[in-house]
Amino acid sequence: MTKVRKITYRDAVREALIEALERDPRVFLMGEDVGRYGGAYACSKGMLERFGEERIRDTPLSESGFVGAGIGAALGGMRPIVEVMTVNFSLLALDQIVNNAATLRHMSGGQFSVPIVIRMATGAGRQLAAQHSHSFECWYAHVPGIKVLAPATIADARGMLWPALLDPDPVIIFEHATLYNDEGEIAEEGDLSVDIERAATRRAGRDATVITYGGSVKKALAAAEMLADDGISCEVIDLRSLRPLDDETIIASVKRTHRAVIVDEGWRSGSLAAEISARITEQALYALDAPVARVCSVEVPIPYPRHLEIAATPQPESIAAAVKGVLRR
Amino acid sequence: MIEFRMPSLGADMDAGTLVEWLKKPGDPVRHGDIMAVVETQKGAIEIEVFDDGVLDQILTKPGEKVPVGHVIATIRGADEPPGEGPLPVGAPPPPPTAASAMPPASKVTPPPPVECPTRQISVTPAARHRAAELGIDLGQIEPGPDGIIGLDQIEAAKRPPPPEPERKPAGISFEEMRKAIAAAMAKSHREIPHYYVSSTIDVSLLMGWLEAENERRSLPARLLYAVPLIRALALALAETPELNGHYIDGRFLPATHVNMGIAVAMRGGGLIAPAIAKVEALTMDAMMDKLRDLVGRVRSGRLRSSELSEGTVTFSNLGEDTADEVLPIIYPPQVAIIGCGKIAKRPWVSEGSLVVRRTLTVSVAGDHRVSDGRRAARFLSRFEQLLKSPEAL
Amino acid sequence: MTDQELAEFVRSTLIKVAPDLESEVFAPDKDFREQFEIDSMDMLNFIVALHQATGIDIPERDYNKLVSLSGCVAYLRAKGYGQ
Repeated sequence: MTKVRKITYRDAVREALIEALERDPRVFLMGEDVGRYGGAYACSKGMLERFGEERIRDTPLSESGFVGAGIGAALGGMRPIVEVMTVNFSLLALDQIVNNAATLRHMSGGQFSVPIVIRMATGAGRQLAAQHSHSFECWYAHVPGIKVLAPATIADARGMLWPALLDPDPVIIFEHATLYNDEGEIAEEGDLSVDIERAATRRAGRDATVITYGGSVKKALAAAEMLADDGISCEVIDLRSLRPLDDETIIASVKRTHRAVIVDEGWRSGSLAAEISARITEQALYALDAPVARVCSVEVPIPYPRHLEIAATPQPESIAAAVKGVLRR
Repeated sequence: MIEFRMPSLGADMDAGTLVEWLKKPGDPVRHGDIMAVVETQKGAIEIEVFDDGVLDQILTKPGEKVPVGHVIATIRGADEPPGEGPLPVGAPPPPPTAASAMPPASKVTPPPPVECPTRQISVTPAARHRAAELGIDLGQIEPGPDGIIGLDQIEAAKRPPPPEPERKPAGISFEEMRKAIAAAMAKSHREIPHYYVSSTIDVSLLMGWLEAENERRSLPARLLYAVPLIRALALALAETPELNGHYIDGRFLPATHVNMGIAVAMRGGGLIAPAIAKVEALTMDAMMDKLRDLVGRVRSGRLRSSELSEGTVTFSNLGEDTADEVLPIIYPPQVAIIGCGKIAKRPWVSEGSLVVRRTLTVSVAGDHRVSDGRRAARFLSRFEQLLKSPEAL
Repeated sequence: MTDQELAEFVRSTLIKVAPDLESEVFAPDKDFREQFEIDSMDMLNFIVALHQATGIDIPERDYNKLVSLSGCVAYLRAKGYGQ
């Protein structure tokens, strides 16, 4: 029996960062407040003292500038981990990410690659209001040339970083801001790296497949518990990788259950949920007993007051209602 | 394409009701697989297939009664394409390849168009597919309260199988069974010229041997005395083949093996004689196991078609506790039946003195068109002789 | 175990072997085989079940002591079962 210990998601991220810096001297961490402050979410607490200024680099308040610098460092042979405080601020670095990081391999005919890892906090749920509550994973998942990951569990938070660093192309890791305080078990020792291409079935079920990622995974599991009391058995799939999507796992599940509900904290129009729905229609139409349902954020800027923020974003109750809807019960 | 027909499960059977299919179109089938359950007057019988291939189409729905010989399904070879016809099944789409770019448009074959019912209804793709698979006409299905026909509506529309005969014999229709037995026995009496030969045999040696055997065996391994009797009968039949086989259309077809029907009385008055195949090749232990299994399945109402149609001779030990002698009637198309009474102590003459021995009266009924009393007497004599060396059985 | 409990145990063992007898009334001193058309296979299965439930080895010569409820109860007592 593997010995386990209990840590928080935040601890898992920190341990992953420490492991990376210890394993490869080319790895370094850069971003706003990562050094002296210990990280906006405390993910790099203590690391400046341990690894020094060269490897834990506080940057100016300029996303375009420091993401560009990170891209440059990667091109130069380093393995930078660039922390963009939240996806909201990454908009200022969109040009760097989309037009440089994502395209240089292609535009250089393979002569250059950009082995950069960009970590960003994402999502709503902490009353940070409209400009600081976005879920733009789908925008990044839209772009060829990068990989997009969404660790929703402690094990994934701990284990996705190293394989991401090994990838010779840009990888973006989205950490949902409401997960940092979550606690969970992790093995004491051994290689904690995880696969970064497959979705995971977090709960097996027969009646409907709920497909989701990031901060919505635990809401989907809570909904599944509620539905189990009504005799409805839900399968919950955690996408884990948003680009590429693991079609095989999704389609196999939907073919078995005949019903799909996608939970996506982004707004429904042009969402990742819309993309997954289209794939399900393309590959499993004749297995469907109901249209694919989507549970997304209401199409308004995310509200500031708590009760409105809750009303505007997917919740276990709305997920359960959507499942009942596809079952026509 | 092979036609799978409703088999005959007895001389008196002319139709059967299909209760349940145990395979569905697209399933592979192999010789010996059980295809479906059929209800006859004798209860629920599992029918087997004797070909290899893939079940192509089901042509008889659960609940339908069809005559013996009616084609109830088709079987295609593993390489044949699915057949044309009213109920083809749509092919599933191939598995998608995981791609980081846009997924390729995979080829999906839609199920064939089902006749559009005249009213406007919405049918989900899954429901349409399932209805085609089951051969259900969508026009007959009630949509749900929202006007949609989905999987739930298809499931509800599947004809519920007729209430299964209760596994306890008390639940089987004894009326029907008696009618069937009456018909078979009347036919036998009418058509088969019976003759009878009986012999009373000293079985003390056999019983002594059996008791010693059973003493050294653990309880679950002990043998009923019927087992060495059946064994001896099977070996004796090797020398009088005109007592083992079928008489059909004016001709006797001797059998290469002895498939011995065992008459089993069912509580409440039913009677059935399913066969154990190739008893000449079974050890006594194997035969005891098969006997136990067979009687168990008679009690629970789960016999196989081959057991009812392939018997080549029958043994009736129904007198075991009660009658001195049993004079049974042959089950057509067989040509003989052997009956045994109870084992009783009788006065016996042995080497000039009067002794008491355990004895058994065995009777053979034969079809006079195929054999005569002399042949039967020889058979009994050989049987008696075999029982004198039970350890060699 | 009281006699009644033993009798119930014997009855339920027989019912396991012949479930269709569940609702029948058992006359305690009458031979099962006459009451219920139990044949030699049923008897043997019943005796095997008794053996498996109690661990008592039952030689063939004792079978005729086990043909009624009361006979079974007496036999089991004599073999020390249900003390």
